[in-house]
Amino acid sequence: MKEILSGNEAIARGAYESGVMVATAYPGTPSTEILENITRYKEIYAEWSPNEKVALEVGAGASFGGARALVAMKHVGVNVAADPLFTLSYTGVKGGLVIISADDPELHSSQNEQDNRNYAKFAKIPMLEPSDSQEAKEFVKKAFEISEQYDTPVFVRTTTRISHSKSIVKIQDPIKSPAQLEIVKNPTKLVMLPANARRRHPIVEERLGQLKTLAEEFPENKIEMNDKNIGIITSGISYQYAKEVFPNYSYLKLGLTYPLPEKMIKEFVEQVETLYIVEELDPYLEDQIKVMGIEVTGKKIFPICGEFSPSIVKDAISGSSKEQKNEEIPVKLPPRPPNMCPGCGYRGIFYIFNKLKLFVTGDIGCYTLGFLPPLSAIDTCVSMGGSIGHAMGLDKALGDDAKGKVVAVIGDSTFLHSGITSLLDVVYNKGASTIVILDNHTTAMTGRQEHPGTGHTIKGEPTSKVDLVQLCNGLGVKHVRTVNPLDMKSVEEILKEELERDEASVIISQSPCVLLKSERLIPKKPLTIINENCNGCKACIKLGCPAIIWKNIHKNSQENSVTTENKKRKGFAIIDKMLCIGCGLCQQLCKFEAIGETDEQ
Amino acid sequence: MNNKNTNILAIGVGGQGIILASEILAYALMAAGFDVKKSEVHGMAQRGGSVNSHVRFGKQVYSPIIKEGEVDILFAFEQLESLRYLGFLNPNTQIILNNHVINPPSVSLGVDEYPNDVPGIIKERYPHFHLANGLDLAEKVGNPRTANIVLLGVLSRYVKVDEVHWIEGITKVLPEKLREINIDAFRLGRDEG
Repeated sequence: MKEILSGNEAIARGAYESGVMVATAYPGTPSTEILENITRYKEIYAEWSPNEKVALEVGAGASFGGARALVAMKHVGVNVAADPLFTLSYTGVKGGLVIISADDPELHSSQNEQDNRNYAKFAKIPMLEPSDSQEAKEFVKKAFEISEQYDTPVFVRTTTRISHSKSIVKIQDPIKSPAQLEIVKNPTKLVMLPANARRRHPIVEERLGQLKTLAEEFPENKIEMNDKNIGIITSGISYQYAKEVFPNYSYLKLGLTYPLPEKMIKEFVEQVETLYIVEELDPYLEDQIKVMGIEVTGKKIFPICGEFSPSIVKDAISGSSKEQKNEEIPVKLPPRPPNMCPGCGYRGIFYIFNKLKLFVTGDIGCYTLGFLPPLSAIDTCVSMGGSIGHAMGLDKALGDDAKGKVVAVIGDSTFLHSGITSLLDVVYNKGASTIVILDNHTTAMTGRQEHPGTGHTIKGEPTSKVDLVQLCNGLGVKHVRTVNPLDMKSVEEILKEELERDEASVIISQSPCVLLKSERLIPKKPLTIINENCNGCKACIKLGCPAIIWKNIHKNSQENSVTTENKKRKGFAIIDKMLCIGCGLCQQLCKFEAIGETDEQ
Repeated sequence: MNNKNTNILAIGVGGQGIILASEILAYALMAAGFDVKKSEVHGMAQRGGSVNSHVRFGKQVYSPIIKEGEVDILFAFEQLESLRYLGFLNPNTQIILNNHVINPPSVSLGVDEYPNDVPGIIKERYPHFHLANGLDLAEKVGNPRTANIVLLGVLSRYVKVDEVHWIEGITKVLPEKLREINIDAFRLGRDEG
């Protein structure tokens, strides 16, 4: 049977066909759909872990017990999981352990574009790189075989264009899981005290040697000889781009990109006249191939930054710059960035941050969009949980100069991922930071996933729900207050009070994501502008709500140019009733009673 | 279509149902026996942001994304967005433009102006031009949310695939309760759009 699957769907299918028993992840673009699709297979235990480190540790435990386990994360998630990762390279596995690293060249939805192929080399763990969905599925299966045969965790690395592109996949039946589930004490292999770990390191090096031998015969490292004038060594999506524009050149397509097949590479190089390495991001293959004493052209002509496209590959190798500049468009194109939704509970909070001219240490989530004008109220964004540490550092370094001027803002899922320990630091080390937790009862940036604060598992089963107030109290925060972010007056009052404190304080803003069907409040009626009352002050416009539209009045136009009280105005607002959900924030800002309710639903 | 692959670029604004329409398109093409690849980027809160979906089909497809200048059909759900992709078009590109305007934030804020007469700008440069009214026809079907499928019906007039395969695609992608109205929407677009 054939299906059209994304790389992520194919990886989920590959896990199922491999007899995976445990699958874990923390959501992160472009990896999120892997676990979401794995929930379709009831045979597999699946979980959203609080963070990637926990996900990998749970996967490791399952592997130690003999089960096949798959752990999925985005590229920066591997940084979080790096601590167990490097030592799992020493312990090895019992049941197969496969880690999916979904990289994001071009930073479609990420804070950096690190090249995680470097992790394979760094942690001495083999890495497979599929170039389409069919391979994504098959490579997961091969990864489990390699993992068990060579006693090592194995990486499967995708990039956004593999994860989110769809292509045709042949569906197969799952194998019967080869797992022998049992608890076996094996301290010399699993207890990485120095004495044991010292003995494991040579085994890792020996394993690398064996994997190099495997690489030479691995059927997914393929030579496709054609026109011998030009040879291309490539992998992953870059292979598809190169094949698209140069179908007649010769290729060495690498399915296993760590370790590399040195003999095979040399054999290929000897047969071709000119050699190119086509790879996105770092000169990862290039550097290793150069160390083999081979002359190649790679990053001399290809960019390191950003993702490739068929045109980039073609232009670099054929030496032509952009073939034809497209025709100049006669108009300016306003950008269309994503925006916080109409009715989003975050909007009012960011409006207040902006109004109070606070330095807002930010975090990773939808609310990072509060950076955009007119709210312009995010001043740092680096890593998951980073906001709290940034605020603490600023407070400690600047002392009174920062007092009342800095606030940290973090989402509920991000706080549970890695904000808890940072908050503990603020309390323990006598910080006075104010932290606003934006609790929208979901993980929204990645598309509304459950987390330990939602009361539901990935499969929708009811479960315990962390109480954020109690959690913060338990950490030692004496001042924890909750606030309804749709009541801007009380948000401002509470925020001012807490910023004045000489002790740590937490404000929990409670308002479910407007996209959450399960928690959606009864739909409110859209609001409307009472045109003759609107004097064009633009107070409501400063919310940056997509439902509020400003209309300029042209200089000589008589129409609409005065208010009820016959005052001149430069323009007026209108509300798009298709978008407005009646959250009422704009109404709170309007001093002229120009925003009223409608009877419509 | 011969050996050359066909490239369809679907573009518009998050929330317009572009990804869903391109999903049905891809299934219809597979049902018709083609190799198909499709690529889009999602993840950022796409609500209200620019969205594009590349669909390529033929005998064998390598790249899931279309090369600049090689779009055969531009399937545009919103006026302004169509202007962002002129670099992907060529003089033979068939344009299907939904006659619909959604203001970007800077226009709503009164900072930028929405460009005047987008259909005119496009038509002047790309003579194979089809202006469609997805929303009007969807309201005729009885649900404005079917506008994307109405537009898919319009697109189907330019893609040589039997109606039965389009219906297969709709059946595959949409849940049962939504099929009937969307098949109506598709047919209306195919006949009248």
